[in-house]
Amino acid sequence: MKRLIIYTIEIIICYVLQTSMFCYIGLADIMPNLLLILVVSYAYMRGRMTGMMLGLFCGLLVDLMSGGYIIGLYALIYMLIGYCIGYTYRYYSNDDYTLPIIIIAVGDLAYGLLFYVFEFLLRGRLNFLYYLRRLILPEIIYTVAVSILLYKLLHMINNRLEHKSGEEA
Amino acid sequence: MRRRSKIKINPKYALIVCVVLIIGLIIFSFRYGEKLSPVKNAVSTVITPMQRGVNSVGTYISDQLDNFSNINELQEENTKLKEQLATLSYQNKLYLQDKYELDNFRTLYEVDKQYADYPKVAARVISKDSTNWYNVFKIDKGSKDGMKKNMNVLAGNGLAGIITEVHYNNSDVRAIIDDNSKVWCMFSKTSDTCLVQGDLQLIDEGKIFVDFIDKNAQIKDMDEVYTSKESSNFLPGILIGYVSDIKLDSNNMSKTAHLTPAVDFQHLEEVLIITELSEPLID
Repeated sequence: MKRLIIYTIEIIICYVLQTSMFCYIGLADIMPNLLLILVVSYAYMRGRMTGMMLGLFCGLLVDLMSGGYIIGLYALIYMLIGYCIGYTYRYYSNDDYTLPIIIIAVGDLAYGLLFYVFEFLLRGRLNFLYYLRRLILPEIIYTVAVSILLYKLLHMINNRLEHKSGEEA
Repeated sequence: MRRRSKIKINPKYALIVCVVLIIGLIIFSFRYGEKLSPVKNAVSTVITPMQRGVNSVGTYISDQLDNFSNINELQEENTKLKEQLATLSYQNKLYLQDKYELDNFRTLYEVDKQYADYPKVAARVISKDSTNWYNVFKIDKGSKDGMKKNMNVLAGNGLAGIITEVHYNNSDVRAIIDDNSKVWCMFSKTSDTCLVQGDLQLIDEGKIFVDFIDKNAQIKDMDEVYTSKESSNFLPGILIGYVSDIKLDSNNMSKTAHLTPAVDFQHLEEVLIITELSEPLID
């Protein structure tokens, strides 16, 4: 229960920061994808099920807020990423801070590609290299830079929760 | 451990169920998009005040930082602006006199004002779309302030975008530089029409793509482009920007060009919303 509340708060904080601080922390018009960091970190720390559910709810929030015509597309993208990254749970180690960063980079790349295919390729925008250079790569770099800090924070929260639930049992 | 043993579903099955659910949701929202708007409304009503709070904290901090860094610059600018103000207010007086004269002539000729002063409401930009791919932003006025879908949004002296969705205390605005945006416009000098389309690839240069200009149109660089009366959602006579790089299209039928918008989309904080809607075309 406590976990659920904390997840909810984390999702909302990440979303609000990502959307509202745009003019203060955006570099060259690019924002780090905090929600993706959240989903991927938990998928890595807690496995497929958590990654998937967290991805589903992050995506739904983005869907409902972004004013797009179709609801569910982001939910699908985030959920698939959460689920797939969940497979890396078996390599999880408590004091490895390098692997998760690489996984986050891979996750963001997957996100960029899926997003390009669903939203731009289907509308006939074929100049993939341009989008890769201008949007996908900068977003990955910035996301990775932010994730170095954010992952540590999330990891700390997760450890504390784990510790608590261990005591209860 | 008691609790954990209770929820033991194979993630594979859960994934299949969720994917099916989401695809169902996508199809449902595609077919009956309006039915879901109360849900959207509820969510955005809760989240928006938080965004506004974070935004104002951010503004405060950056303002404070700015204060420290450029007091000197500001003082210089202030003296310059004061001089400018003096000259401009003198000019303004002259113009006002001209305007009275013009008004008189107009009443004499019984000509209506071509471009009326539209009633406007100010609003703040509170958040940007969560992806880097679109240029859609949220403003802090919604249906409770009388906002309606398809109201035009101005910033400074040019067109910034159009309201695409209205919620209780916030609305979504699609900027004219967005990849999905299309506006029918015309050149003020020659009255030739053209279609101004946002293009993600041109955003970096701060430009928009202009298409379907008549081949024989006598236009040149830096000509002004206004919204035309043909556009169904945009009010006529709003400045969009200045044209450049005019080229003959490869099909030899029309000209294409680039357009520099009159609005600075990099630093959009305050916008004005025209509360008058464009008259719908009746068929």
